[in-house]
Amino acid sequence: MGVVSPGFRGRPRESSRRLPPGQYETHDFPVLSAGPTPRIAREDWEFTVTTETGDRHSWNWAELTALPSENPTVDLHCVTKWSKFDTRWQGVSLDVLLAEVETAADYVMVSSYGGYTTGMPLEDLLHGQAWIAYGYDGDDIPPEHGGPARLLVPHLYFWKSAKWVHGIQLLPQDEPGFWESLGYHDYGDPWREQRYQGD
Amino acid sequence: MARAAVPRRLGTRLRWQVATLVERRAENEGASTLVLDVPDWPGHLAGQHVDVRLTAEDGYSAQRSYSLASAPDARHVEITVQRVGDGEVSAYLVDGLAVGDPMELRGPVGGWFVWSAGQADRVLLLGGGSGVVPLMAMIRARRAAADPTPFRLLHSVRSPADRYYLPELRRGDPGLTTEFLYTRTSPDGRSRPPGRIRQEDITGFAWPPETSPMCYVCGPTGFVETAADLLTGLGHDPDHIRTERFGPSGG
Ligand SMILES: Cc1cc2nc3c(=O)[nH]c(=O)nc-3n(C[C@H](O)[C@H](O)[C@H](O)COP(=O)(O)OP(=O)(O)OC[C@H]3O[C@@H](n4cnc5c(N)ncnc54)[C@H](O)[C@@H]3O)c2cc1C
Repeated sequence: MGVVSPGFRGRPRESSRRLPPGQYETHDFPVLSAGPTPRIAREDWEFTVTTETGDRHSWNWAELTALPSENPTVDLHCVTKWSKFDTRWQGVSLDVLLAEVETAADYVMVSSYGGYTTGMPLEDLLHGQAWIAYGYDGDDIPPEHGGPARLLVPHLYFWKSAKWVHGIQLLPQDEPGFWESLGYHDYGDPWREQRYQGD
Repeated sequence: MARAAVPRRLGTRLRWQVATLVERRAENEGASTLVLDVPDWPGHLAGQHVDVRLTAEDGYSAQRSYSLASAPDARHVEITVQRVGDGEVSAYLVDGLAVGDPMELRGPVGGWFVWSAGQADRVLLLGGGSGVVPLMAMIRARRAAADPTPFRLLHSVRSPADRYYLPELRRGDPGLTTEFLYTRTSPDGRSRPPGRIRQEDITGFAWPPETSPMCYVCGPTGFVETAADLLTGLGHDPDHIRTERFGPSGG
């Protein structure tokens, strides 16, 4: 247990099993980005998976939204401490997008319009754990929340769920993306409170 | 934003440390600066923040982030906290924590929303409410380094009574220009009607985009979204705009 701060009681709470350590529940939907919000028209939007040998698989907006989609309801955990329960999304599972891709890579680097990047193991994008989402709460995803389309990997801290997603590069080894090279954890499991390097 | 500002790995674990409140300064009715003694503080860059952890008698704990307000070389670590409504942590930090009381923190954290001497030719700081805190750290770091980089600070607050760091900003610094925007109540004699930040506020105050100032925008999400959109709309390069969004609710 940490050092007690005299008189601090905290808010009345039911101990929520759904809340990872150090997190608190919010009902708002906060925004976290390192720069201004890029605006990408759907007509210009494209998503490309590039393998370690340079093979490219691309989808434009019509092609993406024609694929079978899912409607996951998930809890989000942001490294800035808020968690939001039962968020409802629509998107295409990465299992579908990566089905035809031939690779021996173990890691990915996800990149966004605007230059953002984030890295993670390929495994974390598979087995029904990750989506390219284009709908939020029955509507389009607003630009400040990553629209027209964002990656959704809810079992990792939310910075891994790259907004304005543009592509995935398959890589033989883990490489740090934007926040990972600024001191944040390489993997980012909220349940193990992996916020910063060394956690 | 493709490249990191401070590309480095922290390597070692960020440990929780016990900080002791040595002084509290009211900035305005809703915000206080906490001057903290942190025995093993490793130093920081202007713009970085700390994670604060408060623990109750029954073991319950809550964590929040607070920007560092002090210049990197200051003797004590300072944060400035604004009380938000029934806020669990901010209300305690502003009203509850007494001089001599301990709390825990770890940091510094964040290497993107930072400024160090010589990093840019011109620096534009846009702050909404408590979003001025990391911007003030940059102003203080500039003073401490006697850095001549021209700085302009535009601070949006509800009313004159909600300004932060007023005596220090009034004293001013050579090469620093400070301007306030009032969203609810303006002081007498101001021609600009109260309201949230608009394009004219920026064009009338900032350098033109062609001169590529480095822009730091910080505050509640709504303020940051609006101000950063205005900057890109005016032609400022998104690569020269760094943002830090503080709070869940818009402002
Ligand atoms: C990187 C970073 C740096 C920050 N630096 C500072 C700082 O220097 N000074 C500072 O005062 N705060 C700062 N914050 C905000 C701070 O971390 C807390 O979110 C804030 O103090 C509220 O916490 P709380 O426990 O009091 O409120 P909570 O109990 O979490 O929330 C209470 C109510 O207030 C609303 N609320 C929460 N935060 C805000 C907000 N910022 N504005 C308006 N409404 C809000 C909530 O939606 C809720 O309804 C920073 C946040 C981040 C992510």
